[in-house]
Amino acid sequence: MSDQLYQERIVALAKAKTGAGKLASPTKSARRDNPLCGDRVTIDVTVDGNGKIAEIAHQVRGCLLCQASASALASVAVGRDVASIVDLRHDAERAIGRESGEAHEPFTAFAPVRDYKSRQECVLLPFEALQDALS
Amino acid sequence: MSFDVADVRRQFPILSEIIDGRPIHYLDNGASAQTPLAVIDAVRTYETTGRANVLRGVHRLAERATEAYENARIEVAKFLGVQPMEVVFTGGCTAAINLVAYSYGQLLKPGDRILLSELEHHSNIVPWQLLRQRSGIELDMLPVTLDGRIDLTALPRLLTNKTKLVSLAHVSNVTGALLDVRAVVEAANTVSAKVMLDGAQRAPHGPLDLPALGIDFYAFAGHKAYGPNGIGILWARPELLEAMPPFHGGGSMIGRVTLAKTTWAPPPRRFEAGTPPIGPAIGLGAACQWMAALDWSAAHDHEMALVQRLMDGLQGIDGTRLLGPASLQNRYPVVSFMLDGVHPHDVAQTLDSFGVAVRAGHHCAQPLMDRFDLDGTTRASMAPYNDNDDIDALLAGVRHAAKTLR
Repeated sequence: MSDQLYQERIVALAKAKTGAGKLASPTKSARRDNPLCGDRVTIDVTVDGNGKIAEIAHQVRGCLLCQASASALASVAVGRDVASIVDLRHDAERAIGRESGEAHEPFTAFAPVRDYKSRQECVLLPFEALQDALS
Repeated sequence: MSFDVADVRRQFPILSEIIDGRPIHYLDNGASAQTPLAVIDAVRTYETTGRANVLRGVHRLAERATEAYENARIEVAKFLGVQPMEVVFTGGCTAAINLVAYSYGQLLKPGDRILLSELEHHSNIVPWQLLRQRSGIELDMLPVTLDGRIDLTALPRLLTNKTKLVSLAHVSNVTGALLDVRAVVEAANTVSAKVMLDGAQRAPHGPLDLPALGIDFYAFAGHKAYGPNGIGILWARPELLEAMPPFHGGGSMIGRVTLAKTTWAPPPRRFEAGTPPIGPAIGLGAACQWMAALDWSAAHDHEMALVQRLMDGLQGIDGTRLLGPASLQNRYPVVSFMLDGVHPHDVAQTLDSFGVAVRAGHHCAQPLMDRFDLDGTTRASMAPYNDNDDIDALLAGVRHAAKTLR
């Protein structure tokens, strides 16, 4: 039932809009579209001299799950090594039941998406955009 | 004749299903309609008493199968007001349009133009783009008015002596707008352009008289018209079918094959290579028969009363906007709307928890979404078996989404 999907934590992450917007001069950026549903995420990042993410911003034209995911990602990405971003994606995949193991905060909020397979791509789209930007 | 929605509903077994303790409110008919017992029985009869390949066998089952298949063609032809030999069974509406793009497209020359519109389904855009890549034809696009209709005032500007074909949606799968076919045909005739209609959203709402429309090609899908999936129809004027080369090669579509050369069968077999979707064709014949038996004047009034109830209800919910004509004139029961601050997928997902099935997103009409700078819409599309309870459940779900998701 969708009321179980749209739990308070997911709605709160989406409404927080952490990192929403554009960067003035990103070192890298990428846009990713989901052709099936039309969701679209653009991610801007700046990477410092030590290979760490210094700033991140996202523009989401997509559903609440996609907005919440971009917001969660932005909340933990700054200060991380570029190479470790893939770990965050694994965390999100664990949260939605695509990989086994325990997920960490803030991605545990996405646990209800386990039961909605058609919506799991919505959660992963911001990760794909970020990985594209960093590749 | 009065319209008894309860009687219509009883003919659709799936409508009495209960999911998570709730009845189904099926308002996604524009994507796929449900199917009545008459169709299920026809397919079952074929599978249990007449299953065999068509045309070539001499045994009894092959004869039964061939007769049922050709009777289905007759039923479809009656439904369209045309001759059976002008009706081609295809794999779907998309397949029918691709057939025309390929086969009629072979008759076109580089520099010839085809006129489409901004509100077309991707299936009436992409096949023509593929043809453009193959053969150097050019595409022109009719714009769309603010209320979601094809802007026919642009016809004189966009029709040229190079325009060979105008291919448009008979009814928009997003806005529900009905095309003014007469105006299109009159304008196309001035430059001797052919007219093709994508009838996917019109055919499920009653019999047609294609010769009276003055068009040249018509396509529709079986599964949207209460039939099985995997089947669609192309109708074309016989002289056009006769002039067109085959689309697919294989068995059944040949006159004579030698290792040096092959001649083609006459239409419609020329366009039905290989074993056709026999059961689905028989099911579609039954669906056309079922539709023909309905009082469509009353059914249309019923459907449009549902549209009015839906539009009135949406108007009472803060932040809803309609994409499509606000009046009931020249429209069919497809209603697209936006709820400000809530993405269409989240509206649709919430509606699912109310037992309401709708479609959300770009509806395979991304150029139209671009035209209105939209991520997508939520779309309710009605059939004669829908009732006030369906609309009221949808409205309750939209109110809930408005309250909880923004």
